[in-house]
Amino acid sequence: MTILRARGVVKSYGPTPALRGVTIDVAEGEILAVTGPSGCGKSTLLHCLAGILRPDAGEVSYGEHRLDTWSERMRARLRRTEFGVLFQFGQLVTELTAAENVALPLLLAGTGRREARTAAVGWLDRLGVADLADTRPGEMSGGQQQRCAVARALVTEPRVLFADEPTGALDSRTSEQLLGELVRVARDQRTTVLLVTHDVQVAAYADREVALRDGAVDASGLGLTAVQGRHGR
Amino acid sequence: MSTAHVLLGLLAGGPLHGYELKRAHDQRLPQAKPVAFGQVYATLGRLQRDGLVVTAGQAQEGGPERTAFQVTDAGRQRLDEWLAEIEPPAPFVSSTLFAKVAVAVLVDGAQRARDYLVAQRAAHMGRLRELTAIKTDPASPLGDVLAADFAILHLDADLQWVSNTLERVADLHREVQP
Repeated sequence: MTILRARGVVKSYGPTPALRGVTIDVAEGEILAVTGPSGCGKSTLLHCLAGILRPDAGEVSYGEHRLDTWSERMRARLRRTEFGVLFQFGQLVTELTAAENVALPLLLAGTGRREARTAAVGWLDRLGVADLADTRPGEMSGGQQQRCAVARALVTEPRVLFADEPTGALDSRTSEQLLGELVRVARDQRTTVLLVTHDVQVAAYADREVALRDGAVDASGLGLTAVQGRHGR
Repeated sequence: MSTAHVLLGLLAGGPLHGYELKRAHDQRLPQAKPVAFGQVYATLGRLQRDGLVVTAGQAQEGGPERTAFQVTDAGRQRLDEWLAEIEPPAPFVSSTLFAKVAVAVLVDGAQRARDYLVAQRAAHMGRLRELTAIKTDPASPLGDVLAADFAILHLDADLQWVSNTLERVADLHREVQP
């Protein structure tokens, strides 16, 4: 079953086109990698599918809902309840402890403080960082912070996790561990994952890959729209 | 890679007969091409001829009689030399991938090379996914994980080359056109 769908999505930043009519389907429960070089539009596509950005043209659907026709308020509510989002870095609130950070989405959704704390610590445990529950982000390594960010993205048990270069700031060993955990937990929870990356090693954690190039899906993998002489010799 | 040196190394731990050697090889070097029995015995024959191994008695446990081999001092010395030897970084591009692209461009032009590269990329990505699954399986022994890692990094290098070449194959075609 298709859970996310983009149809002819177009998005520009001022005069600069980022997406030139992208059509993709994401099946429920699949881990899909969206790959391509810097500037190919992959992050913009993630933002459109997650309802963070509204496309200039084209359709974005989540199940039966046409997100491109929804107000920002409705999309924000959907993001809080159904989606989890994970970025490269800078997502944790530095003044809060790990457990408080992870509990935040639950508190915003109206869960009681004690219950939210219990769930948060449970998720930190699942990501192997329960001992950091009362530690602030500033005292953690990059890998530990990112594990907390994964816990926070999953604490509401979202149906879809949007991850934009989630290991971009980590060394390769830490990156592998985090991706291994992320994929394992996502499969256990049957969470759909949209994984944006420029790195083929990261893309290999996914079930399937969609390559973008110059704001469009590159149907045969990579490079069919190769720009002749682009890099000189 | 030298099968003879690997077998010497496996024998350094104590005498083994041919079948045990094959098993030890395939177990200690997971993801490597399994060594054939014939190759094990042929290699043992050469090592024995050169004085690097000697027979170490015969065992018969319900099955056929088997000859065990053990490494000699000369064998141990040869092994140490091999382990201390630095492998030269490959001096020439010897990849079939590169040869196919060069020939495809010559024979049929840029599109033929591109078609090949796109198909090869898909095959490489498929293998990369399989190896990543081995690597992330908590039940995988460390030997398998390290072997998978080795292959993953090499495939990654190939894939980067494939992507770069896809972009530049038209230039290559112009360069080789008469």
